[in-house]
Amino acid sequence: MGRGTGARTEGDAHGRPGRSADDSRLDQLLTRAADGDEQAFAGVYDALAQTVMGLACRVLRDRAQAEEVTQDVMVEVWRTAHLFRPERGAARNWVLTLAHRRAVDRVRSTATGRARELRAALLEQERSFDTVAEEVEVREEQRVVFRCLAQLARELRLPLVLAYYEGLTYAEVAAALSAPAGTVKSRIRQGLRRLHECLEAGS
Amino acid sequence: MNRTDDPHLDVGAYVLHALPADEEAAFENHLAGCTSCRLEAEQLSGAAVRLGAAETSAPPADLRRRVLDRIGTVRQDRPGPVASRRRRERRLWPALAASLAAAAALGGVAWWQSSEADTAREQSALARAETGRLADVLTAPDATITTSKLEYGGNAAVVASRGQDRSAFIASQLPPLAGDRVYELWYADSGWYRPAGLLPATGGRQSRVLDGRLGGATAVCITVEPAGGSPRPTTDILAFISLPA
Repeated sequence: MGRGTGARTEGDAHGRPGRSADDSRLDQLLTRAADGDEQAFAGVYDALAQTVMGLACRVLRDRAQAEEVTQDVMVEVWRTAHLFRPERGAARNWVLTLAHRRAVDRVRSTATGRARELRAALLEQERSFDTVAEEVEVREEQRVVFRCLAQLARELRLPLVLAYYEGLTYAEVAAALSAPAGTVKSRIRQGLRRLHECLEAGS
Repeated sequence: MNRTDDPHLDVGAYVLHALPADEEAAFENHLAGCTSCRLEAEQLSGAAVRLGAAETSAPPADLRRRVLDRIGTVRQDRPGPVASRRRRERRLWPALAASLAAAAALGGVAWWQSSEADTAREQSALARAETGRLADVLTAPDATITTSKLEYGGNAAVVASRGQDRSAFIASQLPPLAGDRVYELWYADSGWYRPAGLLPATGGRQSRVLDGRLGGATAVCITVEPAGGSPRPTTDILAFISLPA
């Protein structure tokens, strides 16, 4: 996935600088889907459904709900495909951003007793990154991301993980960690920035 | 809660969809005029996506069939040049109203990464230069959009925020007026018309926040009046745009 790994096309006839051949192909499929090409859309589905489902499972922790969200997101991608702008980011990013949004919407609308689950979630998150990053079986992409997460200081990692994977607002994160809201906001930003740097450098 | 003075601080929480709706709208308003924030949002959003893409899980095989069946019956939102008559009204909405509809539909970063955001960004920056009040109404979390065609040509959208007690009027393709005449806007309130501001005779694309409070108004209307405006409508109503309660 890294720069200069040959998988990257450096702005060839169809690609954009810094975007892999797979990403460029996906951009083209989504652009064609926007014109009503159902076959192209099926290609978008095949490329991204597993990732969307994985993200939805992670946030919702419920396969049935994750399936519903995956279905809704994919239909929404079809419906709003004309809004996709390749120059603003890869199709993959656009779809996954939308998927995260919908998963978070769902978890917030169904959240009951979430405060009680939080403490357990905190512990689980702590365990997962340190151990998962060491496991041999995990996919390369997963290993890279978890390694970068594990490298973050705990006070930067927790707000990031709670907001992204648990769908908490920064104020909820602040309450869960008994930290001032302004501090949490600033740590989320700093954590994301470090994560970005680590992924760029190490991937 | 806990509003910080530096709006740049929100960029991380924004990218993670971790701002409540009102702060998200406020931050998008800020993004409109902040190039460095937009670059940072794009960068951080790329990192967030990697968090989301780390794990995969195969959906059941029949989900693919269900989705492909559904798209056969779901009409695509398409503002392209070829469209049925029913769609035309929507396509002719002022661009900003369409943007807001897209913002409402997609929400947050996904909207920001979409094409509709460009128009809103330009318009919002423009609005800020002219009057920050317009951007405030357009980005209000409870903003509603109602659209209408005008008699004798032109399209209008009213964006109303009960929370801010204000509304904005956006028109495109307003016919230019001859002679010493102007367009006048009105709030329809309890059976009478309250003057709510003028639009120039040049027509075309116009937008402004209406004068006065929204209050109990049930509709926004537009007429043609002598230069300087009138205290009551003196000509036929060109559009009567009912507002959601």
